[in-house]
Order: sequence, then C-alpha cells, then structure tokens
Amino acid sequence: MDQKHSVLEMDYIRKQERIALKNCGLIDPERIEEYIRYDGYQALAKAILQLGPEGVIEEVEASGLRGRGGAGFPTGRKWRSGYLAKGNEKFIICNADEGDPGAFMDRSILEGDPHSVIEAMTIAAFAIGATKGFIYVRAEYPIAVKRLQIAIDQAHEMGFLGSDIFGSGFGFDIELRLGAGAFVCGEAKALIASIEGKRGMPTPKPPRTNDKGLWSKPTILNNVETFANIPPIIRNGAGWYAAIGSEKSKGTKVFALGGKINRTGLVEIPIGTPLREVIFDIGGGIPGGKKFKAVQTGGPSGGCIPTEHLDVKIDYESLQDIGSMMGSGGMIVMDEDNCMVDIARFFLEFSVEESCGKCTPCREGTKKMLGILEKITSGEGVMSDLDDLERLGQIIKDTSLCGLGKTAPNPVLSTLKYFRDEYEAHVKDKTCPAGVCKALLQYTITDKCIGCGICKTVCPVSCITGNKKEKHVIDPSACIRCGACQEACPVDAIIKR
Amino acid sequence: MIKLIIDGVAVEVEKGTSILDAARSVNIKIPTLCHDDRLKPSGACRICGVEIEGSSELQASCTTPAREGMVVRTQSDRIRASRKQLLELIWEDHPNECLSCQKAGECELQDLCYDYGVEAEGFAPLKVRTPLEDSNPFYTFDKDKCILCGKCVRVCEELQGESAIHFVQRGHETAISHPFEKGMAYSTCVSCGNCVEVCPTAALMPKTEEKFRVWDIDKKVRTTCSYCGVGCQLDLVVKDNKVVRVDAARDGENEGMLCVKGKFGYSFLSHEDRLTTPLIREGDGFREASWDEALDLVADRMTGIYKAHGSEAFAAFASARCTNEDNYVLQKMVRGIFKTNNIDHCARL
Repeated sequence: MDQKHSVLEMDYIRKQERIALKNCGLIDPERIEEYIRYDGYQALAKAILQLGPEGVIEEVEASGLRGRGGAGFPTGRKWRSGYLAKGNEKFIICNADEGDPGAFMDRSILEGDPHSVIEAMTIAAFAIGATKGFIYVRAEYPIAVKRLQIAIDQAHEMGFLGSDIFGSGFGFDIELRLGAGAFVCGEAKALIASIEGKRGMPTPKPPRTNDKGLWSKPTILNNVETFANIPPIIRNGAGWYAAIGSEKSKGTKVFALGGKINRTGLVEIPIGTPLREVIFDIGGGIPGGKKFKAVQTGGPSGGCIPTEHLDVKIDYESLQDIGSMMGSGGMIVMDEDNCMVDIARFFLEFSVEESCGKCTPCREGTKKMLGILEKITSGEGVMSDLDDLERLGQIIKDTSLCGLGKTAPNPVLSTLKYFRDEYEAHVKDKTCPAGVCKALLQYTITDKCIGCGICKTVCPVSCITGNKKEKHVIDPSACIRCGACQEACPVDAIIKR
Repeated sequence: MIKLIIDGVAVEVEKGTSILDAARSVNIKIPTLCHDDRLKPSGACRICGVEIEGSSELQASCTTPAREGMVVRTQSDRIRASRKQLLELIWEDHPNECLSCQKAGECELQDLCYDYGVEAEGFAPLKVRTPLEDSNPFYTFDKDKCILCGKCVRVCEELQGESAIHFVQRGHETAISHPFEKGMAYSTCVSCGNCVEVCPTAALMPKTEEKFRVWDIDKKVRTTCSYCGVGCQLDLVVKDNKVVRVDAARDGENEGMLCVKGKFGYSFLSHEDRLTTPLIREGDGFREASWDEALDLVADRMTGIYKAHGSEAFAAFASARCTNEDNYVLQKMVRGIFKTNNIDHCARL
C-alpha cells in the first residue's frame, strides 16, 4: 500500500459505517472498564434513570431498527408487544446460534464486544418488564462462551446485572445456554424448545413467542446484531440512527464477505448501499482478473444474484424481490469458475442435513430435490428434471412449517431463474461450463504432448496409453477424473473440458 | 363468536377454533395424517393446507385459528397438486407392500393416496428393508412404514404420560425411537398400545395370532373391559367367531385410551382352559351344570352354614375387577343377608 495514505482512507474502511462492530478490535472484551471507557452502560443508565420503559420502546420504534437475524421484523414493535403482553414473568432471549455456513457476524460481536449484548438485553428487559434472560449461544463458539460468562460476572460485580440496578428496584439476570449444533435451533420456537430441554423442533405459530414463549411466558427474542445496535440508539437518539440507511430499513447491516473476492472479512455498511459498491469498492473486486458471476446472500436460505442485479440497493425487500434474502449476513461472491448447479447443490445439501425432520415437505422434499440435482451434476439429468425442481421447490416453499423449509429451495430456484442456461448445459450437452462437476469433465491430451509417460505412471486406474515419445491417449470410459495426470504433466499438454 | 367463510359456506365458531375444526363443523372434510382431536396440533404432515384470501402461502388448517372475516378454500387445483405431491414424497419412502400388508384397507396413507391419485409405479422399492423391531411382546415397529406423523410420540407424552418414545436423528434420517435404542422391550414403555391405536399406517402393529385384513372382519362388538372397574369401552374385532384384535372406543369414557390388559389381554377369551359353564364338584372331579342349578346349590349351602354357624362364619372379598355397582351389591348382601361386617376389598391392600 502507498505509505502516504492512512489505512482509514482505504475504501474497505472508508465506505463502512461501524455501529454494531464499533468496539470490536478496539477494546479488550474481557475488561469491563474498557467497555465503560467507550460509553458502555451509559445507555442502560439513560434508559432506567431518564427514559422509563415506554420511553425506551418509543426510542427503539422511532429508530426504525429491524431484526438483524434476517426476517427484518421491526424491533420496536416486537418490544411493545412484549411490554403489553400480560404475565407475571417475562423473558429476554438473545439468539446467538449463528449457523449459516461462512457467517460470523454474531461471533465477532460476542467475542469482541460481549458487554454490548448484555447491556442491550438489560435495556430490553427493563422496557418490557422481564426479570430473566438467556443467551442461546452455539457450543462451537468456545471463546464467545468464555467471554460472555466473564462479561456477565463483571456486570454483576459492577451492579449492571442483579437486583436493584442503578438503585431503581429493577432486577435482571442472564444465563448462558449452549446449543448442540442444530441449525434449526436458530428458529425462535425450536430455540425455545431447546432451552426448555426438549428436542429442537419448531412448533406452529400462533401462539407467537411474544405472548407464549419460553415456558409459555411472554418472551422477546432478538438476534445478537440487533441487540448490539440498541446501546448506540439509546445513547445517540433514534433520530441519529434513523438518518442512516434506506427509506424502509434504517441503520447498518454487517455482512461476512467471502468467496472469490480480494478483501474478505466483516463489513458493516449503511442499509441501501448497492451490492456493486460492497463487492467492487469495499471488497476490491474479483481476484486474478476473473469475471464476476453471482453473489449469494442469506446463506442456505438465500439465493444467487447475477450481474444484472448488482446495482440493487441492499435491504430486506429489495433482496427478496430478486429471489434472495438479507438473511443473517452471509455474502459469498462467485466468479466464472463456480458452477451454479454445484453451488445450489451445496446449499441444498446443508438444508437437507439440517432439516429437523418434522414436516413432510422439508424432510422429504428437499431430499428429493437434492437427488435430482445430484442426477444433473453427474450427467444423468433430463429436461423434465428442471420442471420437477421448480414445481417441488414451489410446493416446499408453500407448505413447510418453519422458515428453514420455506426458504430451503431458494438457492435452487434463484439459480434456475438466473442461470438456467448452465442447468441446460449440464442436461442437454452433458457439460459443466465452469468445469466443476467431475462427472461431466473430460481430460484430453493435446498435441503438446512430448510422450514422456509421466501421466501414465501417475494415473491410478491405468487408463492412459501411448508409446515413448509419441502422443498419449486417455480412455474416457475408464478415467475417474482425478486430475493427477494434469498436475503431473511437465508441458501442460492435458486439458479438462 | 367468529364468522368466516369456508368454500362459500358461512361458518360461525368460537374464538380459538382451528380452520380444520371450523370446516368439520359444517361437514367439510379436510384430509390430515398427523391430526388427532385429543392431541395438541402439531402441523407436521402439511396435508391439510388450505388457501386463505390475502395469504400467499398455503396454511395448515389444523394449526391456523379461524379469524373474523376469513375466506378459506379447501379445494383447488393448487391445493390438490400440493397434497398429491406431499403424498408422493411420503409414498416414495414407503415400502410398496400393500399387497401383503395387514393394514391394507384401513391404512390412512393408502386411502389418501387413492383419493389423490398417487401411482405406485415409477417409484423404486426400498433397497434394504430395516428389520422389524419386535422386542416388545405386544406390538411391532416397522421403521420403513413410519411416516413420522408423530402421533405415537404425542399420545405417549400428552395422554399416557410416559414419554417412552421420541424422534431421533435429523433431516431425512429422522426416526421414532427410544432412549439408547436397545429395543422397545428395554425402554420405559408400559405397552399400553395407545401408540398402536393412533398409527395411521402399519408402522406400529399389534402382534396378532392370525393374519386377517379389514374385509375379513365379521363384526365389531362393543363391550366394557372386564379387567377393572373403570369401564373402558372397547370394540372386539371378531373373525370366524374369534376375537382377533381389540380396538379402543373413541366415544367411551376412556376416549380411545386403554391399558396393556384391555388392549392386548384378550387371548384368554378363546383359550381351551377357559370355563364357559359352571362346574359342580362330584367326587374327585367336576361336572358341568346350568347357572340355575349352580346358584341354587350355592344359596342352599350358604343358608345351611348361616343356620348352623351364624353370621361370623362369613367373610367376603370384593374385587377391583368388578364395577362399583357389583361391589355395592356384594357388600349389601354381606351386611343385609349374612348380617356381618366381614367384607373387604383388594384395592385396600
């Protein structure tokens, strides 16, 4: 990098707006003093001593904050229904069961700034009248678990948790609950079942968790990133927050930028930033001069967005309109070397394995779709398979019990919509244009061959023949497409198509 | 009260009623595989999906409460297509064994597949059959025929209160099993058979002595269980003048529930050692007698003893297997005729 430029002038930093990630990497998360030094627990003091429960809810409502777990439900409205719900006992739950492959937004906040979540949960509890909170965090995040526990203990010592917080008579306590690695436990009702000690399976709505949640008591459940936005909103006021973002969605969103991109990592951007800016300015574009093909947002519940939609401004509705979703913030960039059928297969495979098995369409339907995709990637697809995929996908979306099933076909349906030609190439021409699907590849030896015979010796199935110093030949019917010959060839005479 | 319209019919139901129940109240049938009125709605099978105006997705009618002004459709091309697709998905995983299956004719999956025109052809039969779980003496569990409606799990948990079985594994591998999977016989199962009673397919089947199918049944005889005084109603399933199965009656006080004895303990009925007529002892043996003769004999002997030895020569022990009325009459006889308080009941022990 040019020495004259500050790191802050880099597009990667300059174009971000850090609210949820404000403290991450700046403070020592195991020292509450450092959190306090950066305005920590001031929002809680303001909430309790100045605003009162209704004042807090009004502030959150006016901020326009929406659920960052992916569904985008207005947080203020959720809190108000929790406030209005009748019950002698209410609960606050933080959903820290981040499960999308390649997503680690919540993990960074939990590990880098655990107090922000604890402060926000306490504010939420004060607002709705809850006395007990749970953080449902996945056991695969041991550092997050450790730091959260340290933070809870420190908050207790300082009097930010426990009875009579700030001498107000309001008391609140937080316990950790460790998830056992089921993706579906990120679904509110399954998560609650899991905290109750039951098998993590979604139950029908209604009743909503706001009215009957944990142990059938009114429960407000928010995602880690949603909570992390609360202290700044209370401190700086709703007006400040509502000035950031798009018309319908205020504030910022953290994305985990990954895949075929120059600068990977967590990026926090004002909602409404165009996809193109995130990928090409912040992310620095595609490495190796390759061509951008698609960006996948929303993980296994999302879809693939092609070049033609790159100027879409990121928010909940706009992404849904083009067949994907905001989701919890995974953003995987793909270039010309990615096979879209294979990508769809990868994400669907995840959903198949993580389905809880309760409802028919998700349990049986996704498995059937996966079978069809595997048939296509192995070169045995027929054109009617594509119609079957579309029909099945629609019915699964239409009939599944919970969000996991309702969104599981998205990766397939969106790639079918935008990259149908790639599917057709697999089915009609029996080729994989990106050169990914092994069964459709063919290794051939070109005239560059010098007849050294090295390929013949490395081939594990002895399917290469040829005399010394003459061009060798691969028998495609015996070839297992391992690629060993191509790697070994000293003159790059072997190509795959 | 809530007013809504289902298939053009105006319906009025109480707040909290599901669309399914609202439809049933006006004789509109919506198919289900996982619903049971006695259990909490689970919404697992998704067969009962209906269209609601203003909602883009199909809604499961068993778990969606009726709301004021709702306009519901229970039949349309879209609904039929989705039901048929869901049934095909279930059927694809099901052994194609209706020809040899004892449940044929009273199998809810078979009936629905027939209704919705699901063809058996084109689906490869299961390659490897999971062995039958038959460690329990009274019933068998065929994992491959299980459609995971979850009724067995819920009846065990919500009504029987045992929670002996539950779901294991995830996704397509999901199955019904029990802790440590050592076999049902080694679980906390009390063999009440209420899970067998609600199973819509042949996944849970009673162990019957003989093979029969629903059309072989001559008649069903409603009776009161003779094992205790509760009065559970049951239907004896009779073939060739022999009881071949016991069904719990839904419309009795027991509401379709039975215990292991009522459900499975019926083989004594046709046992060769069973007494079918009174026997009177003569010398070293017995001879058959009529009820009149036997009762006269007992009355004579008792009167004789009473005259010779008085009240204190008598004592009676009542049985919990008798009804309250029988026990009342017995103590009446002991106190009023034998004139003694020497009466007790096994339930007091």
